Amino acid sequence: MTGVWPPPGIAEACAPHPADPGPLDIDTHLVGSWLVRFLREEIERRRGFRRVVVGLSGGVDSALTAALCARALGPEAVLALLLPYRTSSPRSREHALLVAKTFEIPTRTIDITSAVDGYLDEFEPGAGGHRRGNVAARQRMIVLFDQAFKLSALPVGTGNKSERLLGYYTWHADDSPPVNPLGDLFKSQVWALARAVGVPAEVVDKPATADLIQGQTDEDDLGVTYPEADLILHHLISGREPDDLAEAGFGRRKVELVAGRLESTHWKRHLPTVAMLSPTAIGEWYLRPVDY
Amino acid sequence: MPLDIVIAQFRPSKGDLDATLDGCAGIIRRAAGAEPRPRLVVFPETALTGYFLEGGVREQAIAAPELFEALTERAGVDADGLDVAIGFYERDAAGLYNSALYATLGSGGGILHVHRKVFLATYGVFQEERFVEAGAGIRAFDGPPGRIALLICEDGFHSVSGTLAALDGASIILILSASPARGAAPGAGVPGNLVRWDALGSAMAAEHGVFVIVSQLVGFEGGKGFAGGSAAYDPRGRRLLAGPLWEEALLPVRMDLDEAARARTEEPLFSDLERSWTRLLVNSPGSGILRPAPDGA
Repeated sequence: MTGVWPPPGIAEACAPHPADPGPLDIDTHLVGSWLVRFLREEIERRRGFRRVVVGLSGGVDSALTAALCARALGPEAVLALLLPYRTSSPRSREHALLVAKTFEIPTRTIDITSAVDGYLDEFEPGAGGHRRGNVAARQRMIVLFDQAFKLSALPVGTGNKSERLLGYYTWHADDSPPVNPLGDLFKSQVWALARAVGVPAEVVDKPATADLIQGQTDEDDLGVTYPEADLILHHLISGREPDDLAEAGFGRRKVELVAGRLESTHWKRHLPTVAMLSPTAIGEWYLRPVDY
Repeated sequence: MPLDIVIAQFRPSKGDLDATLDGCAGIIRRAAGAEPRPRLVVFPETALTGYFLEGGVREQAIAAPELFEALTERAGVDADGLDVAIGFYERDAAGLYNSALYATLGSGGGILHVHRKVFLATYGVFQEERFVEAGAGIRAFDGPPGRIALLICEDGFHSVSGTLAALDGASIILILSASPARGAAPGAGVPGNLVRWDALGSAMAAEHGVFVIVSQLVGFEGGKGFAGGSAAYDPRGRRLLAGPLWEEALLPVRMDLDEAARARTEEPLFSDLERSWTRLLVNSPGSGILRPAPDGA
């Protein structure tokens, strides 16, 4: 018998490659039905809620979340809250309304400008864009939770796995709703699923932005595109070393940037650190699951 | 000889033992009233409580006799004589276990076997070793339908489990599972863990010429989804049925028990194993019981 085992190309096919997005491919039909089941069970069966509120920003994450909620619970059980600040892009509002119309979801607009500026103008007029963005994000959660309380509804979160791993969100704001269907989907997977469930192309295809600062885009902020970051993140959290990825052609600067964000934001993915004093410390010794 | 059983792809009312026992009893009564009446109902792992209990195991665990009494009482006389295999967190004087009970219901029945999970999943999302003790071994027992072995979830991931069950005479292996769904690559149309279960169940059945029944839990627990997808395999490794995704279901399976002998005759892998097993163990360093080499060897 002659020849070489493995044949050329086979070993390489197993290694990470920046031009191979295959590891992130998903069966959108399967994931869509999976998340619809998740929403029904976690919202209705486990928590006993019939209604949800979703902050609809005009971006793809909240659009997909709202669409999945509408499919899971019926559009009439979803209230999409548009929560603009004075610097929010008018296009964001147009896109949010387009999404609501597409999935027949009722909306309510609550402008948060006076609430945000009431604090900032009087006490912190010198606050820069990022601080204003954080205050706006937290104000949106105040409204979201209060509206949920008023309506006996559950707030549903919209954060995706990419921004969670990169720490690219406002702590105790975007991440605070008790149920989140997208938190284990990378941004590029969110795009794929959003297309599959019928989120309008204008919303899926536009540059992602938190819309906290005028003209801001996520990818400019991060210094790497989502498809690049997603693949690097996937390989890093699957046990690959940054050096291996750099040598495989992912680009050392981008790998270090993504790895740096990942490694510096573990704290952001946890509840606050509590001083443990006893052998019954909650979450350390006294362990009960969230649905128990 | 035909044997009719039912796989109960089941969603417990997590943490509500009373409601879940009622749910189990309702399923048992439905099965008992079916035509033809099945011999056995197979529930999944931790069907009584849900899987992810963490420290709540110590509040939800019950003793095997207590479970038998509760099922017999709640299922009522119509279920007398029906066999049940069911997963539960077990309490006894020695500790807590992830267990599977096999019993014939009714006043004339009783507990035939309790298997305690040997391979406790403790990696990634799993933390079993933190909350329960491991079982000591795997053995078959004589039940009304034939010689049976019980395995629980990761037990089935180790090929030695099926081997030990078959060597102890099992012709039917019941695997009670609570397998959190993960992996959504295109192609199979089911979560990746079910693709693996399909390969495992088929391989175990074909290797040993036995029937393999995989009963899967359903429902979401803290974001982790148990997708169902229960399955049954004949002694040639052919899948007899695949349960639906995400839904509870009662899945009737008709097994031709004579098929095991035919499969083993045509492909005598099992007799090869029986013949070689002991010699293999004592001569293979990996078994850990390697016979010391004679002096001078």
